[in-house]
Amino acid sequence: MTLASVVIVGAGQAGFQVAASLRQEGFEGSISLIGDEPGLPYQRPPLSKAYLLGKIQETNLLFRPSDFFTANRIDLQHDQVTAIDRQNHRVVLASGAALKYDHLVLATGAHNRPLPVPGADLPQVFGIKTKADADALAPLVRSARNVVVVGAGFIGLEFAAVAAALGAKVHVLELGERPMARAVSREMSELFRQAHENWGVRFDFRQGLSSIDSDNGKVVAVQTNDGRSLPADLVVFGIGVIPNAQLATEAGLEIENGIKVDANLLTSDPKISALGDVASFPCLHNGEQHTRLESVQNAVDQARAVAARLMCKSAPYSALPWFWTDQGDLKLQIAGLSSGYDSTVILGDAAEQKMSVLCFRNDRLVAVESCNRMGDHMAARKILTRAPKLTAAEAAAVGFDLKAWEAENRD
Amino acid sequence: MPTLTFIEHNGTEHKVKGDVGQSVMQAATFASLPGITADCGGACSCATCHTYIDDAWVSKLQAAEGMENDMLEYAFERRDNSRLSCQLIISEEMDGMVLHLPSSQF
Repeated sequence: MTLASVVIVGAGQAGFQVAASLRQEGFEGSISLIGDEPGLPYQRPPLSKAYLLGKIQETNLLFRPSDFFTANRIDLQHDQVTAIDRQNHRVVLASGAALKYDHLVLATGAHNRPLPVPGADLPQVFGIKTKADADALAPLVRSARNVVVVGAGFIGLEFAAVAAALGAKVHVLELGERPMARAVSREMSELFRQAHENWGVRFDFRQGLSSIDSDNGKVVAVQTNDGRSLPADLVVFGIGVIPNAQLATEAGLEIENGIKVDANLLTSDPKISALGDVASFPCLHNGEQHTRLESVQNAVDQARAVAARLMCKSAPYSALPWFWTDQGDLKLQIAGLSSGYDSTVILGDAAEQKMSVLCFRNDRLVAVESCNRMGDHMAARKILTRAPKLTAAEAAAVGFDLKAWEAENRD
Repeated sequence: MPTLTFIEHNGTEHKVKGDVGQSVMQAATFASLPGITADCGGACSCATCHTYIDDAWVSKLQAAEGMENDMLEYAFERRDNSRLSCQLIISEEMDGMVLHLPSSQF
């Protein structure tokens, strides 16, 4: 199978990486990379932290400089795909042009779930997804006195830490009962709740907002579901994302919480792959259930897998999921997926903010969450990549050291 | 614009220009240097931008500490002169610095 042309829809982490990996693998056909944002492809994780704080500049966000795209014959087009014509193997662009493909890669990502309340369209209300969002938000967070954050997930809490560090009073509203409840154990949630409170962040759990009030077009307060009014001059929300699966839906591809793909990341059309935030794939580390992950690791590893398959070096996708979030001086790293865990073992000390939570399901290690314990995280990634034999009883023994266990149990 | 020299495990040399204030990792990825994977993009979260600082330069840099030191424990074939290049910020004084690449980042 020699392909003459690959068209990639979406120029985020996943789309960019497919293009770069294809060239690295020696692909000689044409590559079109279609993105609907201006400028060169860039990293998103710093947008809600280092970039917003001004610690890194715009050029530090870029994956590659512009000459990379020329030198590698990656045709970066700033356009929008309006339709996939599967019969004729082409995509139709908003500019009116059409592009033929031998293989199509959908890396369309996800968009922020909108805040469904009156006032959400005011100019001081933000989700953080694009560089344009962060650029507009940066000056406001510096001048804001009262910031309301809706949603205590990764993005909301990363932003809350930034806003508190810049001197704002920060109030977080969360419908769930604890921070990052979807992603981490109760023990780790508690460590982060305390850390944020020490930074001056206030939490209201089991609480949403019902409206955002304005005066002369400017946010002045939010109304909570239980009828309180909180002063606010800036509102930032992070309440989850919705996969950008509309093109795929209209093209008749199979959809199931995103674009459904098989273990090779192929959609129901063998000429179309999907990956990254938009793709729901059978995850080896989640009992082979279809799973959709929003992470850098997932985008990068799936991109490499797609590029390898297009170069006929196919292997089912099996990479271990891992994640990180930086909040204030805390780095939380997660290896594996903890869904359905039934017991935990704690290593380290929450009071010192150095703690790992080992999550077990049926006495099998399924995930390790580490706060400021990088060694544990790296050891966990090695352990979880192989079928781990570590039991909860072993891990709970006095003096247990995950790194030492990993070193003693290689192969 | 300081120039850095990277020497691959097989001896191949690459001269890479970097901007002051940029990380050594980004200078390397911008130049598509083989051998720097940099999975996490510079967040000190993956230990795949591992380099060995040349003996002539190692005394001019601080040793890895804190988070970087912890991550390096799990880098492939760590040595005393190991650094994660995402944590090295390019300065004028680094002009001419030589870095060696490990045989693998994994």
